[in-house]
Amino acid sequence: MQKEIFRALALAGALVTTPALAQDLTISITNLTHGSYFTPLLVAAHAGGNHFFQLGTSASTNLQAMAEGGDISGLSTDMSAVNADLVENPVGGLLAPGATTTFDLTNSATNDHLSLAAMVLPTNDGFVGVDSLSIPTTPGTYHYNLNAYDAGTEANDEVINGAGAPGAAGVPADPGSHNGTGATGVTTSETNTHVHIHRGVLGDSDQSGGVSDLDSSVHRWLNPVASLVITVN
Amino acid sequence: MDMLKTATLALIVTGPLLLTGCDHNDDDDNDTTARVSYELKVTNLTAAQPLSPLAVVVHDSSYGMWSVGSSASNGLEQLSEGGDNTELLSEAADNSVVTMSGGGVIAPGQSESLIIEADETSDLALSFATMLVNTNDAFTGLNAIDVSGMAAGSSRQLLIRAYDAGTEANSEQASTVPGPAAGGEGYNPTRDDRDSVGGHPGVVTHDDGLSGSALNESHRFDNPVAQVTITRMQ
Repeated sequence: MQKEIFRALALAGALVTTPALAQDLTISITNLTHGSYFTPLLVAAHAGGNHFFQLGTSASTNLQAMAEGGDISGLSTDMSAVNADLVENPVGGLLAPGATTTFDLTNSATNDHLSLAAMVLPTNDGFVGVDSLSIPTTPGTYHYNLNAYDAGTEANDEVINGAGAPGAAGVPADPGSHNGTGATGVTTSETNTHVHIHRGVLGDSDQSGGVSDLDSSVHRWLNPVASLVITVN
Repeated sequence: MDMLKTATLALIVTGPLLLTGCDHNDDDDNDTTARVSYELKVTNLTAAQPLSPLAVVVHDSSYGMWSVGSSASNGLEQLSEGGDNTELLSEAADNSVVTMSGGGVIAPGQSESLIIEADETSDLALSFATMLVNTNDAFTGLNAIDVSGMAAGSSRQLLIRAYDAGTEANSEQASTVPGPAAGGEGYNPTRDDRDSVGGHPGVVTHDDGLSGSALNESHRFDNPVAQVTITRMQ
């Protein structure tokens, strides 16, 4: 009898506290670039005080892995450790220029901030992201412009050589296949080693040499590089 | 009766302002002017554009640091071309509450925080400017942001863009760019650009084909160029 009461109380507690304050969010992300792709997105609702990244500070090794190679597993583990509500890879691959992905995210009451990130391809360590946005509580539709950031962990040499591992120089690939080959490299140094606004890629118009394997008339962008729409249902 | 009506109407209209002004309206006998203080934190988000020492002004509605489409003041020109905030702060001191200089250059990726105090008024605003030093006359900052309605302990975070003072042609020649990329001349009183403030188009650099440019691709920037956090301390 006593046991049953405890069970009933526990059940009631679970029903009352969690769903009563949880939110159902519908989230859309659109790639606004001309010729750059977003690698698998990681989207997290989490408590305030947690971050994927913070502007003006050094990137974590897990942010570096995402920014240099598109690997979100480390960031996902970080966020799971703080009981975040996660959506991983809603596109099931790359988000192409001009494409939109729409998905649902149910966040618990304490997970009232939203962060997201994905690498911008082709870059060395560029990413699109949101750092700990306070999720609106009033039902409605909210629009945000997102910027491209530089993780500050790798020189922007713009040489496509397949390198995506943290610390390895080079750009993994150009999914749109507009790249050249044989570039000598734009630079060998990173002047700002903290997370900052990406200055954009340089590119060139030489398909078989030059300083960059990127195409200056295809791969450049201006902020904002993505739009985020959050609908609080 | 009519007076009461008017008073009620005024209360409705000025409701948000009264929240901050109530210190002055109480009936006690120690009506000393309330003081407010704000922490201003500026983070340099560019790749390779050091920011010159900040010129910070807390002021009333009679002052503005610049106006897009209008000619830059002499002080703004000196700051934007040479990174020298002296004249801009001096101009502001004529009609402003408080002026303050930043402590030094803010390197890419670095931040500076400073605290500025003022007498509380109902139209208190904050402005600041700082040069992107590896340019001819680019600056960033805030122009007359209303901070009077901020509650003690509250914060506002803003991302801010680059402006062109419009007072010097963007030749990018070494002789005209004062920052570490070139070490050229800073302020020159000749105005050889359009002579009005506007959004900055960005730098071209010699890596992108501008012959004679002292800048390389690392000096390029996209907006926003800095993150600003304003916190009302008291």
